[in-house]
Amino acid sequence: MGYQGNFRVWRGDADGGGLEDFTVEVNEGEVVLDVIHRLQATQAGDLAVRWNCKAGKCGSCSAEINGRPRLLCMTRMSTFTEGETITITPMRTFPIIRDLVTDVSFNYTKAREIPSFKPPKGLAPGEYRMQQVDVERSQEFRKCIECFLCQDTCHVIRDHEENKEAFAGPRFLMRVAELEMHPLDEGGRVDAAQEQHGLGLCNITKCCSEVCPEHIKITDNALIPMKERVADRKYDPIVWLGNKIFRRQP
Amino acid sequence: MRAQISERTLRTDRWWLSPLLTVAGLGLISVYAAIRTFMNDYYWVGEYHYLTPMYSPCLSAECVPAASHFGQPLPELPGFLTPPIFIIPFLLGFRITCYYYRKAYYRAAWMSPPACAVAEPHKTYTGETKAPLIAQNLHRYFFYAASILLLINIYDAIAAFSGEKGFGIGLGNIILLVNVGLLAAYTLSCHSCRHIMGGKLKHFSKHPVRYWMWQRISTLNGKHMQLAWSSLIFVCLTDLYIALVASGVIGDLRFVN
Ligand code: SF4
Ligand code: SF4
Ligand code: FES
Ligand code: FES
Repeated sequence: MGYQGNFRVWRGDADGGGLEDFTVEVNEGEVVLDVIHRLQATQAGDLAVRWNCKAGKCGSCSAEINGRPRLLCMTRMSTFTEGETITITPMRTFPIIRDLVTDVSFNYTKAREIPSFKPPKGLAPGEYRMQQVDVERSQEFRKCIECFLCQDTCHVIRDHEENKEAFAGPRFLMRVAELEMHPLDEGGRVDAAQEQHGLGLCNITKCCSEVCPEHIKITDNALIPMKERVADRKYDPIVWLGNKIFRRQP
Repeated sequence: MRAQISERTLRTDRWWLSPLLTVAGLGLISVYAAIRTFMNDYYWVGEYHYLTPMYSPCLSAECVPAASHFGQPLPELPGFLTPPIFIIPFLLGFRITCYYYRKAYYRAAWMSPPACAVAEPHKTYTGETKAPLIAQNLHRYFFYAASILLLINIYDAIAAFSGEKGFGIGLGNIILLVNVGLLAAYTLSCHSCRHIMGGKLKHFSKHPVRYWMWQRISTLNGKHMQLAWSSLIFVCLTDLYIALVASGVIGDLRFVN
């Protein structure tokens, strides 16, 4: 059965804006994006919202619902009560374009700062041979849909604009981890993770893992293992000495 | 320019509950541990050879001789240097630098951030890049130290099956066993342990045994938070039980002898 739901939607652009109240029809089985579309169709024809797949796979519809970073298309209306006012705002961490649409190009800049996969010398594409167990671990990270909700939530940049320069954010530190764990990658990425991508700024408070719609264990499986690798190389005199004496590559 | 939203957070759930419980829990346990540390009594049940993990190993000359399973290399010391003073830095160091507890107190005590998508009150933020927090990278050394203390606790728990009247089993024995079981699970599920045992490898296929261990530890590691809390609370309960028996407030429930 349908009902009239109460919504507060942020409207505006870089020059300013605020929350506006709307009453919109809600039907059984709908998600928040359905309601936003109805709002667009019936009351606010110029409301800007980014979306594509409506299936939680393209990562376009990221926003914040009742203050929590979420995908609009994967948040069921049935998780709210009928009387509740639902607040929908754009992602806070990125510059606003209009209404619910933000400029996420920060993330593309960060992606470009990571050197791509570096295969062993003399090995051409097509000649790569790997064991399944060796590539398996980084497969989890490839589930990422690049919604950037983790980047939006991470307090390192969400609360401190000035850290954007130094910090790649969870999504891209995870990319560094993925390459570092790749059985054929020879990029040697551990020092760069700390010195260029700002791994030390992460204080492992796990908000990225909490909001990831793909349920990737970003902190446990990418960030902490990278911190341990950094500790091996930079903060563990015993491992450091062992590596020097035996000239070994872990 | 970001969207202009003046509220610190728009979250409507009880996001403050979890940090509140964390602070309350850790605060309570710290007070208890401090009281017991300076009590310097009721740590040993002579009749059944129960030794509380908080006083193990008991290394100074003021310890009850039978409780010093590893001798008394330290002389009699002034009052405030009670036996736990020599153990607690390692145990506390292990827990303070633990990745889970870090998350817990960074959020709950330092409010950095208090909860996800709730703005932190600090003007600047440098994370774990500078002293003193850069020292968190030394966690693995505390892991080694804690592993040694764990082995000592396991020894104590086994030794406690032989009391003044020979072999016997009481509730105290069961509690001591559960306690070392939880401590072992917590220690093994440590992220540094996971890394050292296998996580650091690039080619699992070349190290089947370490890969197997890494898989087992990874499963445990998924429960690290639960193990952190349950082992911490249970150590206190174990200590409390032994204190109560040692002081004669309650008797030990005996099953055998
Ligand atoms: S765990 Fe690290 S990267 Fe993830 S949100 Fe927290 S500080 Fe950011
Ligand atoms: S890691 Fe998860 S939250 Fe981050 S961009 Fe990828 S899918 Fe989104
Ligand atoms: S529209 Fe594609 S993830 Fe929501
Ligand atoms: S990570 Fe918690 S004990 Fe090591």
